[in-house]
Amino acid sequence: MYVAVKGGEQAILNTHKLISETRRGDPEIAELTLPQISEQLGLAVDRVMAEGSVYDRQLAALALKQAQGDAMEAIFLLRAYRTTLPRIAVSEPIDTSRMAIRRRISATFKDLPGGQVLGPTYDYTHRLLDFALTAEGLERVRAVPAAEPLDQSVPRVVDLLDDEGVIQEENDDDQEEVFDLTRQPKSFPAGRDQRLQNLARADEGFLLGLAYSTTRGYGFNHPFVGELRLGEVTVEIVPEELGFPIVVAEVTVTECQMINSFRGSAEQPPQFTRGYGLTFGHNEGKAMSMSLVDRAMRARELGEDVRYPAQDEEFVLSHTDNVEANGLVTHYKLPHYVDFQAELQLVRQLRAEYEAARAAAQTREAAE
Amino acid sequence: MRSITTNYSDDGYNFAFLDEQTKRMVRRTLLKALSIPGYQVPFGGREMPLASGWGTGGIQITASVLGPNDRLKVIDQGADDTTNAVSIRRFFQTVADISVTESTEEATIIQTRHRVPEAPLTEGQILVYQVPEPEPLRKLIPRESETRKMHAYAEYGAMQVTLYENIARFGRIAKTYDYPAMINGRFLMSPSPIPKFDNPKMANNPAIQFWGAGREKRIYAVPPYTSVRSLDFDDHPFEVQTWQGCCALCGSTVSYLDEVITDDKGSRMFVCSDTDFCNTRQAQAAAQPNSAGGES
Repeated sequence: MYVAVKGGEQAILNTHKLISETRRGDPEIAELTLPQISEQLGLAVDRVMAEGSVYDRQLAALALKQAQGDAMEAIFLLRAYRTTLPRIAVSEPIDTSRMAIRRRISATFKDLPGGQVLGPTYDYTHRLLDFALTAEGLERVRAVPAAEPLDQSVPRVVDLLDDEGVIQEENDDDQEEVFDLTRQPKSFPAGRDQRLQNLARADEGFLLGLAYSTTRGYGFNHPFVGELRLGEVTVEIVPEELGFPIVVAEVTVTECQMINSFRGSAEQPPQFTRGYGLTFGHNEGKAMSMSLVDRAMRARELGEDVRYPAQDEEFVLSHTDNVEANGLVTHYKLPHYVDFQAELQLVRQLRAEYEAARAAAQTREAAE
Repeated sequence: MRSITTNYSDDGYNFAFLDEQTKRMVRRTLLKALSIPGYQVPFGGREMPLASGWGTGGIQITASVLGPNDRLKVIDQGADDTTNAVSIRRFFQTVADISVTESTEEATIIQTRHRVPEAPLTEGQILVYQVPEPEPLRKLIPRESETRKMHAYAEYGAMQVTLYENIARFGRIAKTYDYPAMINGRFLMSPSPIPKFDNPKMANNPAIQFWGAGREKRIYAVPPYTSVRSLDFDDHPFEVQTWQGCCALCGSTVSYLDEVITDDKGSRMFVCSDTDFCNTRQAQAAAQPNSAGGES
C-alpha cells in the first residue's frame, strides 16, 4: 500500500549531506583550494563574477567550489550574497581609454596607433587536446615580453572614426540618474542604460545564441569588431566629504565596440552605428554578444522594423537573466499536487461529456 | 622560391588531419558542386580544431584536395601574415607537412578569406574560399526551407528588388561586399564577403574555385571558364570600388587598398591588401630603380 510522503524535513537534511559528499568526491583525491580555482579556472571565475555582478575573485571561487563547477548555480549563490551588501557609493564612470591593456584588437583597421595586441587568447590555438597537461608540475614556456611597454593611453578605435563623423555620436545626454536594475523593476520601453545593465548580467550562452541569430538573418546586423580590449581599469568614487575622486579598486574588464552599418534615415545622414559590450573579467564572447544584441535592440531608436527576437527588447530583457529563468523553469520540480488535481478533474469531466456525446450520436445514427 | 620551410610536422594525425573516408565524402561533394555551378551542396561537415566560422569549411576542402606535392598559400584579407592566415598555414604544416608559400604564382592551392589574389590565376590552381554565410538570400528570408525553394525555381526577383530599393533610396546599389552573382546563368551565389572589387575576377577564371561553409555545412563551386554575372540593371551597371590615390608602398592604382591609421590624429595611408602582390611590385621596382613607383 502506498503511504503519502511525510517527513520531508529529514529527507531534505539528508540531501544536504549527500550533496556535500558528492561535491567532495573521492576523499583520497586532494581537495581543491580557492586560490587554485581562482588562479587556474580563471575564466570560469570571471563568468561567475560578471553574471553574479559582484567583483570578488575569492567569493566567485568559493561559489564555484560549492556549486561543483556549475556556473549557473555559482552565479545564483553570488547574486544571493550580493543582496546582503550595503551600497557604499556609486563610482565615477570607468575610463577604458586609460586601461592597462593586456589585449586589444581591431578587425576594422589593419594597423592603428597602439597596434594590435593579441595578448592571452585561444583564438589561434588549434583545438587539439594537449596531453602534456595530464601531467602535473611541468615547466611551461614563458611568453617573451615586448622590448617596449605599451603606451599609457591607447586611443579607442571607434573614437578615431568618431572624429571623422562617420559613426553615430554617442553621449550621455547629461543624464544624471542611471537606471538601476538591481533596485528598480524593469520598465518598458527601456532606456539604453537599463538594456545594457540587463545584458551585462545576462546569461552568456543565451546571449550568444541571440547574437548569433542577428547575424544569421534573424536581424540585419553585419558587425565589424571596431575594437575588443581587455585589461585593468581603476574605479574611482567621490566621497562627499572630500569632493574629489579617489581610487578604490582596480578591476579587470573586457570591452567591445561593434560597428554596424546603417544607411541613414530621413533625420540622420548615412553613418555607422554602434553596439556596446562591457563585462567584468576576461569574457570576450560575452562582451561581443552583448554589443551585437545591444545594437539589435536599438532598432526602434534607429527607425528599423522590429521583426526578430533579438530586436525585441521585451523579449530579450525578460528572458536573458539566468537566475530568473532558471528559477522559474526549475520550480516545476516543486509539488503541484493541488493545481494538477484541479486540471485532472476537469479533463475527466470533459472526457466523460465527450464520450457521452459520441455515444448519443452513434445511437442516433443507428436509429436512422 | 619564397617558400616557408619551418617544419612543424606531427605524426600523430592522418595526412591533412581528416580521415580518408571523410576526405572522400568531401571530394564527392566537390565533384557535385563542380557539376552544378553555384549550387550549394550540403555535406557532412565535421568538427574541426578551429572555431566554426573561422575557416573550417575552407580547411575541410583544402584538407581533401591537398596532396603531398602541393604548395599551399593561405591568405586572410589578402595578406599572408595576418593572424588567421598564419594560424591555418601552421595547422597544415603540422598535420600535412606540405610546402607552403606566400607567392600566388607558385601556389597550387590557395585558401583565402575575403579576397581574390590580384595576380591572375592559372589552370591547375585551386582557390578555396572560406565562407561564413553561403546563402545569398538569407538576409531577405532567414528560413532555409524557403530559400531552397527559391533556388529550385530560380526565383531571384526578391534580390533584384532589394538592389532596386537601394537605387531608389541612395541612387546606387549600396552593396559593397558579398555582392550576389549569377553563376552559369542559373544559380544565384554568395561569393563570400569578398569586396565587389573582386567579383569580376571570379568570371571565366582558369583556376578551380571552391567555397566551403563549415558551420552551415555547404560547399559550392565555380568551375574553370564559367560565367559569373554580378547582378545589376541596364541603367545602373555593376561597378567596382576605386580609390583616389595609390598604394603608399608600391604605388599600385589597380589593386584593392586597405586603410591604415597612422597616428592619434586620424592620419591615414592606403596600402595594398594583397601583400604578395605589393611585395612583388616593390621588389620589381627595387630591381629597376629608374621606373620606381610607376605603373606597369
